[in-house]
Amino acid sequence: MSGASRQPNGSHAGGVPHDDDGVPGPGEMGGIPRGPEAPAPRPPVIHALRDAGLAALVAAGLFVPLVGLRTDVGPAGGGLILRTRWADVAILVALVFTGRLAMNLWSAFRPAKRPRTALRAAQLTRIGTFVAPLFLGFAVLMPLLPWTTRYGLDLGVLVLTYVMLGWGLNIVVGLAGLLDLGYVAFYAVGAYTYALLSTTYGLSFWICLPLAGIFAAFAGVLLGFPVLRLRGDYLAIVTLAFGEIIRVVLLNWVSLTGGPNGISGIPRPSFFGLSFSAGGEPGSFADFFGLEPSPTHRAVFLYYLILVLALLTNWVTIRLRRQPLGRAWEALREDEIACRALGINVTNTKLTAFAIGAMFGGFAGAFFATRQAFVSPESFTFIESAIILAIVVLGGLGSQLGVAIAALVLIGGFEAFRDFEEYRMLVFGAAMVVIMVWRPRGLVSTRRPSVALGERKAISGDLVGEGHG
Amino acid sequence: MSAPILPARNAPILQVRELLMRFGGLTAVNRVSFDAMAGDITAVIGPNGAGKTTVFNLITGFYKPSGGEIVLNGPGGPKPLHATVGHRIAQAGVARTFQNIRLFPGMTVLENLLVAQHNTLQAATFFGIGAAFGLGRYRQAEREAVALARRWLEATRLLDRADDPAGALPYGAQRRLEIARAMCTNPVLLCLDEPAAGLNPRESEELAELIQLIRAQGCSILLIEHDMGVVMRISDRVVVLDHGVKIADGTPAEVRADERVIAAYLGEGDEDDVPAAPVEGAA
Repeated sequence: MSGASRQPNGSHAGGVPHDDDGVPGPGEMGGIPRGPEAPAPRPPVIHALRDAGLAALVAAGLFVPLVGLRTDVGPAGGGLILRTRWADVAILVALVFTGRLAMNLWSAFRPAKRPRTALRAAQLTRIGTFVAPLFLGFAVLMPLLPWTTRYGLDLGVLVLTYVMLGWGLNIVVGLAGLLDLGYVAFYAVGAYTYALLSTTYGLSFWICLPLAGIFAAFAGVLLGFPVLRLRGDYLAIVTLAFGEIIRVVLLNWVSLTGGPNGISGIPRPSFFGLSFSAGGEPGSFADFFGLEPSPTHRAVFLYYLILVLALLTNWVTIRLRRQPLGRAWEALREDEIACRALGINVTNTKLTAFAIGAMFGGFAGAFFATRQAFVSPESFTFIESAIILAIVVLGGLGSQLGVAIAALVLIGGFEAFRDFEEYRMLVFGAAMVVIMVWRPRGLVSTRRPSVALGERKAISGDLVGEGHG
Repeated sequence: MSAPILPARNAPILQVRELLMRFGGLTAVNRVSFDAMAGDITAVIGPNGAGKTTVFNLITGFYKPSGGEIVLNGPGGPKPLHATVGHRIAQAGVARTFQNIRLFPGMTVLENLLVAQHNTLQAATFFGIGAAFGLGRYRQAEREAVALARRWLEATRLLDRADDPAGALPYGAQRRLEIARAMCTNPVLLCLDEPAAGLNPRESEELAELIQLIRAQGCSILLIEHDMGVVMRISDRVVVLDHGVKIADGTPAEVRADERVIAAYLGEGDEDDVPAAPVEGAA
């Protein structure tokens, strides 16, 4: 999250002697225009109509067989009959035509694009500095607000879990540039670590939490070793397989994990030894503080627990980014070969990224287990990895604030669109496409330098590398 | 910067013996031997495809040689580079730049120079643990690292661009930054792979001055260059490769007069007409 205010100026301070300093060459003296003028444009309306007509033609070609013709079971119950739906096709083609036409006209007649002036960029960053504290303040106060319902509280816990997972994965994908499609494996390792240790040995949550992190980090190193030489797509595929291996092991190692039945009866966390039992008997939280026993207490406690865990993830990430290690991660994302030439141990640097990212996944997993009191392999499918990765990509690789907002939008949106039922995924997918078209580098695409001699200027996302694995 | 303890002048800092590199059936470097003297500027020249960059990649550990020896006589005694992994070669004091610039474009100029000092800084952080809590020793180390970076920014005239992203610098400045970044690793041997490629004559001139400044500070230099003007003026010794074989080795004047060199590389004409080949290296 952003700290001191900064004012990036769009233009670079001059002063570097360079021969391109505007001294006109001999050919430029005679009034010859610099750079070619745009060729005389065709009348925009005709062009727009033609283009829209072409799009409609393509749409008609697609929709006639896809929508226009449909086979139904005949009334006699016997053979199939062919039903035509030309009206639907016409509507769809008309939609494509008008949509394409509107888009073309808009791009032809919209006012000249305002350049992103220094002023506007400064305004944006000023807004940015306020957003983070606002979100944080809201997150801290949320359970205390009078209109917060139990449902809202549970949703908050869910969102914060994904914020934490997003921040954890952000270390691996956003900073180190290693595409990890199996992040849920570490979440699972953390959850099962707590579930098994607490049900088998009766260890408390607070002892198991660091252990879950350690086990997950170990799993991260275990994954890291074989994939060190892989890059890009190959890395993604192996991490994907790793995630599946963990899930399949959990599913089939029945004697240890209970297989598909999972592990139930996982102890809930206690508040410094005070339990959150509904009865309010001596030694419980409600009894100790003289409160009316209420299930809300536990919900509020869980909320603050995940908030603290998420903020810990954020704090460690922010600190590490300013350390040599964090800088080495980002350098690795930018250019691995240059890193090697500078004496950076690429192997160790990648492994630490895997391990630290996995550790936070493990913490989140332990929290998940204690919140649900039940874990099963069903909770750790590939779709979870995909959602977490979508949060990171949508938020902007490497941006802490962006990831938090993306988690809120994605997980909150999931809930908000619940009324759409089977169209939920459709709406959701469309929303993601729109966001990625509108902001291809994620919601917050700029990068803040970790160190500066003068003022810290945000770096445009166009320059920042995405990593090649 | 603390000047590294160097072998006396006229002692070789780098000894290449019978270096051999095969890529499948192709012999890119065929039993090449040469010495680079401490405190000298040694140039490696040759026509395109002569194996110059392969030699560089062998010295800096990006390739493993098929045969032969490379020994660095650094401050820690002789070190066999042919049996050392890439990042350890850099730690032993061999820094390099690349023919096609390899900066960290999304990081600022200053960050680029701090990444170069990763190992020094990382040691001061207690491997990350101490630094997370902001221990004083790390802050001190970082101040020193920034001071060293600032010195090299001044030497390369990039100080006013310190907080700009490296990818936004003009081409000539990126070349200088890459040299500054290599120098921030405190090397004893700096390997420059066509540093003048794509520079205009004035920038080449400034580059030659920068290289001489680096040499004056006690760092030996190994240089691949096509710009004969730069090579002949600043080099103490020139090694000429052709088709992976060393065909000449001597002072610029000797090499200039060598018939095999003229035939293989400089052409039959007047050697003063040899054009600089700036564009070809930028590809």
